[in-house]
Amino acid sequence: RMLPSREENMAFTLYSLIQAAILCVNAVAVLHEERFLSKIGWGVDQSVGGFGDEPGVKVQLMNLVRSVRTVMRVPLIAVNAVCIVLLLLFG
Amino acid sequence: MDLPHQGYRANKPRARAAPPTADSILFDDTSSAALNNQGYYTPAYNMAGPSNDMQGGAVPNNVFADPMANAAMMYGSSIANQGKDMVNKEISRFMSVNKLKYFFAVDTRYVLKKLMILMFPYTHQDWEVRYHRDAPLTPRQDVNAPDLYIPTMAFITYILLAGMALGIQKRFSPEVLGLCASTALVWVIIEVLLMLLSLYLLTVHSDLSTFDLIAYSGYKYVGMIFTVLCGLLFGSDGYYVALAWSSCALMFFIVRSLKMKILPSLSSDSIGTGPSAKHQFRLYITVATALFQPIVIYWLTSHLVR
Repeated sequence: RMLPSREENMAFTLYSLIQAAILCVNAVAVLHEERFLSKIGWGVDQSVGGFGDEPGVKVQLMNLVRSVRTVMRVPLIAVNAVCIVLLLLFG
Repeated sequence: MDLPHQGYRANKPRARAAPPTADSILFDDTSSAALNNQGYYTPAYNMAGPSNDMQGGAVPNNVFADPMANAAMMYGSSIANQGKDMVNKEISRFMSVNKLKYFFAVDTRYVLKKLMILMFPYTHQDWEVRYHRDAPLTPRQDVNAPDLYIPTMAFITYILLAGMALGIQKRFSPEVLGLCASTALVWVIIEVLLMLLSLYLLTVHSDLSTFDLIAYSGYKYVGMIFTVLCGLLFGSDGYYVALAWSSCALMFFIVRSLKMKILPSLSSDSIGTGPSAKHQFRLYITVATALFQPIVIYWLTSHLVR
């Protein structure tokens, strides 16, 4: 959808934000645990660090990836299906 | 040219929500009190008058002669009550309405002082948010507390101003207004998400809730309004001067406010190996947030002032 006037800033609509969010979550969800994450040292078994109260950025990121994958796996199926249908119908 | 400014000023008297008997901390339920004390024709409450006393158990007056209509009306009102309860229950599952009410407990004095601090924060001495028995004080009692009233009103005023500025340049059409509104909203959402992500990743245990972050992100709209107004009144030079002024003021404000919350005073667990790196990261977050503001202000207002 092109903008009607030549605005120099990116004019976002809420729909484009939703699209960007869906794409990002899809990208996180396709990171496979054994085939990819363990190979680059981001697997679940490598996140047990010291038991201090400062987990560090990498451990937090790994936990975030793992939890996003666990939580969003099923809803993503539904959301992607809806998105595909909408795109087919309305372009 | 004065219209949005008057509209903005006229929004502020509506903040005088309650008579000053502060029994409860947040609000007194002024629905019946306002109606009894101040009568029906108070200019600020004209819109709230008629619909304010239809609280939960409104008794329908049985003046219909037809008993069927009576029964239908009672049935309808009971259905409406059920619907209202259900909606309240569902909404309170997602966000606690009490917490939201805290952010709107403002009064005129607070709004004026906060606007002055936002535009000229260099003389404000005490930036601590005061607490009262473990609960933060409402904005009515503490100038440093964040609120959501000013960001909301400033956002709406910014949209109106943008429409007016585009109209002056003869580029106005109604969908441009909606586009501007959603663009600004999306930038706020992006900024809040980025801040939440960085605060989570760096395990910063602060008591900044999501609403606090929305409030601090929304304060830049005040600067944007000032910038656009100066740009419209004084041309391109006035725009850049106002941009520089409000950027510096806003950056100072954000750094001083967030410093209290993100960078904690050194407590007992700060001895050890990590504290300097953590401290650095928190400083980076604060400075990055502050630097993000002028970028967004410029990005969202430069196309309005040519």
